[in-house]
Amino acid sequence: MVSFIFRRLVSGVVVLFVVSTLTFFLLYFSATSVARNILGESATQAQVQLKETELGLDQPLVSRYLSWLGGVVQGDFGVSWFTSQPVVGSILGRLPTTLSIVLATIVIAAVLATLLGVAAAVRRGWIDRLLQIVSIGASAVPQFVVAIVLVTVLAIQLRIFPATGYVPMNQDFGGWLASIALPILALAIGAVASTAQQVRSAVINVLSRDYVRTLRSRGLAPREILFRHVLRGAAPAGLTVLSLQFIGMLGGVVVIEQIFALPGMGFLALQSTTQGDMPVLMGVVVYIVIIVVIVNLLVDLAVGWLNPKARVS
Amino acid sequence: MTETLAQIDKPEDAVRSGVFKRLLKNPLGLVALIVLALVVVAGVIGPLVAPFDPNKADLVNALVGPGTNGHLLGTDSAGRDVLSRLLIGAQSTLLAAALAAGVALIIGLPSGLMAGYFGGWFDSVASWCTNVLMSLPAIIILLAASAALGRSVWISMTVFGVLMSPGIFRLTRTSVQAVRNELYVDAARVAGLSTGSIIGKHILFVVRAPLIIQTSIVCGIAIAIQAALEFLGLGDPLTPTWGVMLNEGFINIYGSPILAVWPGVAISLTVGSFVVLGNALRDALEDSPKHKRAKPIKLTPPKTELISTVELEESEHLLTVDGLGVGYPQPNGKTKTVVSDVSFHLDRGEVLGIVGESGSGKSQTAFSILGLLPAEAEITGGSITFDGVPLVSASGHRLSQGRLAQLRGSRIAYIPQEPMSNLDPNFTIGYQLVRPLVKVLGLSKADARKRALELLTIVGITNPQRTFDAYPHEVSGGMAQRVLIAGAVSCNPDLLIADEPTTALDVTVQAEVLDLLRDLQARFNMGVVLVTHNFGVVADLCDRVVVMQNGRVVESGDVRTILREPADRYTQTLLSAMLEGKTPMSMLTVAAPAAAPTTKAGL
Repeated sequence: MVSFIFRRLVSGVVVLFVVSTLTFFLLYFSATSVARNILGESATQAQVQLKETELGLDQPLVSRYLSWLGGVVQGDFGVSWFTSQPVVGSILGRLPTTLSIVLATIVIAAVLATLLGVAAAVRRGWIDRLLQIVSIGASAVPQFVVAIVLVTVLAIQLRIFPATGYVPMNQDFGGWLASIALPILALAIGAVASTAQQVRSAVINVLSRDYVRTLRSRGLAPREILFRHVLRGAAPAGLTVLSLQFIGMLGGVVVIEQIFALPGMGFLALQSTTQGDMPVLMGVVVYIVIIVVIVNLLVDLAVGWLNPKARVS
Repeated sequence: MTETLAQIDKPEDAVRSGVFKRLLKNPLGLVALIVLALVVVAGVIGPLVAPFDPNKADLVNALVGPGTNGHLLGTDSAGRDVLSRLLIGAQSTLLAAALAAGVALIIGLPSGLMAGYFGGWFDSVASWCTNVLMSLPAIIILLAASAALGRSVWISMTVFGVLMSPGIFRLTRTSVQAVRNELYVDAARVAGLSTGSIIGKHILFVVRAPLIIQTSIVCGIAIAIQAALEFLGLGDPLTPTWGVMLNEGFINIYGSPILAVWPGVAISLTVGSFVVLGNALRDALEDSPKHKRAKPIKLTPPKTELISTVELEESEHLLTVDGLGVGYPQPNGKTKTVVSDVSFHLDRGEVLGIVGESGSGKSQTAFSILGLLPAEAEITGGSITFDGVPLVSASGHRLSQGRLAQLRGSRIAYIPQEPMSNLDPNFTIGYQLVRPLVKVLGLSKADARKRALELLTIVGITNPQRTFDAYPHEVSGGMAQRVLIAGAVSCNPDLLIADEPTTALDVTVQAEVLDLLRDLQARFNMGVVLVTHNFGVVADLCDRVVVMQNGRVVESGDVRTILREPADRYTQTLLSAMLEGKTPMSMLTVAAPAAAPTTKAGL
């Protein structure tokens, strides 16, 4: 088990290294007229050159990369080209908003999708048909369109929820809940539907296995067989889908945070993209890949714990 | 070779047109096709029929409602005609989707073919890249790409195509791996077809259908992503696209929410049609009649009428099966009968063999006694009585599941055919032995553990503690079968149903397991129903035998009588299949020296 974790960690670090290196060269190679953009059209050529020296743009790309990498290893992602704020500070300030939305959505999706998927697999009938219809609908309407509809109907027309803005949890818990309710709802609809579909087919698959019949022949109660054996057999498939949903949501929040005006990672990513603030964008990419690597590691561990065969490979 | 290939192609064409017909018959699939056709038409003729210049600002007519001054759907905040912009937007939307799907196919298909067909280092590298690409959030990467390479739909969609290529790659690779070692591909290779033409003729053929489905879904996602990027303001502001229009509408959401509705509906309809089309194609390709409505898998006992009408008769037999019928309802309303009018009985301590070829209904009969028939099966007639308790009523034709559930695992036990697939891979062998002892028989955990180790010793496992702690994948097939036997006899059952208990085992292990079964039967004085296709096993273990063919009993009686003087033609054939070219079994010659020649002569 230890070597299993170790191998996964190493492969995660390799992924992180490759992705951040590629992104760095892609972003910095194209960042040619940054100094001019920052200073504006009226700046003189001398001012622009001074700014370029200040930002290190006159250095060769490789040496800039090495100094960036050296900083990152020590937890220093540099400063924003536009605000001169440390990158790490602005990311850590926005991470809680994004994580609270994404994690809450994942928890809701996990619980609801399991209930729905198991019910659809075991009972079939109307609940199964409902799930089919909802998941076709959820995959047909893009997430951000759902979000826009929710804002328009529930916030602007009916005024049940605040349309925009974020209230930190430690200021006003009720306000925090209200401010993240609609974003979570917008993200959760699709996540629940597609995860429930996977859970459903995994449960149906396990139910048809020979060992389920043998367990029944041993006189075990149907409830015990379903919740101990069938669910455990179906769980790895559900977890894998949830991890893909999680990764998708880290991208999805960019649009969601824009629609609901939430100050999160997605907001930061979009802002730095439109400005061309490469240090901030690099920081966002690296942080998100780190989160992805951690999530994948956790899912691998969970699958290994659930399925003894997976521990070997 | 090529001639045969051409012949094979013909029925495939029929299948293809069948798929298309089924697709048209599916209402959702038909609607999706129509919507997509309309979008394509709009994309092609949109620039010609658009009533206004989509970029012409007209501040006098800004934000007018639908139907005002010739603006059928109204205008936006700059007074631009919404309908014209929608029509023009269809074109860029479709082209962008096609670009993303094209890039995904160009990267994913060849690499998937190569990785699947050749394997090796290319497979490892490509699979690793795939895993990395799949673990990246698409929108973040697209943001970075647009920061680096500029804001253009075409750049975004090219990058997005790369991000979507893993789906195509995996699909292709899996399909190719599945067919690579098929006999007909081997045959083509032997026949001297080049690798290129094997891939072209045989392998591309197989992956074609799933690829079309996947491509349809990629198109849908690409349109959604493209619209999302434009909505975020990363599109080209001069090109009227649905995403840009949605952004416009959202800015004016307080004043004129209708502006967001048109592009929102257009995007959702198009994306939805691609997704629905993909689903409908899949349904059409999967064997449609079978797939219509899957039956529920019942874990909970179905409601049964009380069988009070059936008297609890005083039966001298442990098990009586009387006129049993089992059928499977077909989609056309008919019932396919697999067992009909099967009757036999079994006494305490007796071993009854049920013999027959595959599909003779012997396993279905066994599962009826256990109440473990597949959910879609139906008892069509007859009754089963166990120790005076009716399990299947003659009147209601329904299994009394509740009654059976109480008997299963306490008085009736079951040994399956295939040992490895009948142990839950996620639990240790010890757990799977102990749990029923605790839950069904009410032993304490410590007692159950002791008993389980005892049972493992009884079934001849030399190191019971090690097996107890092992997971099923860590033991051999023969050992797994011993474990299953231990589990079956753990409740000291009166009746044991053994379904081909030795078929899946090596020949040497078979003999050991048969010996074990004989010992256990004598030790616990169980009644045993032994389902087998092997007369050798019958001769070895059974007292009486029932011969089944096509769901019916053709002959039954004492083992010796049937082996010596098979009355039915089918029994004779079965016996001759076993005896052919061999001397008759010694048991027979010892028991009746004169019988063997007669048997042979009788054939």
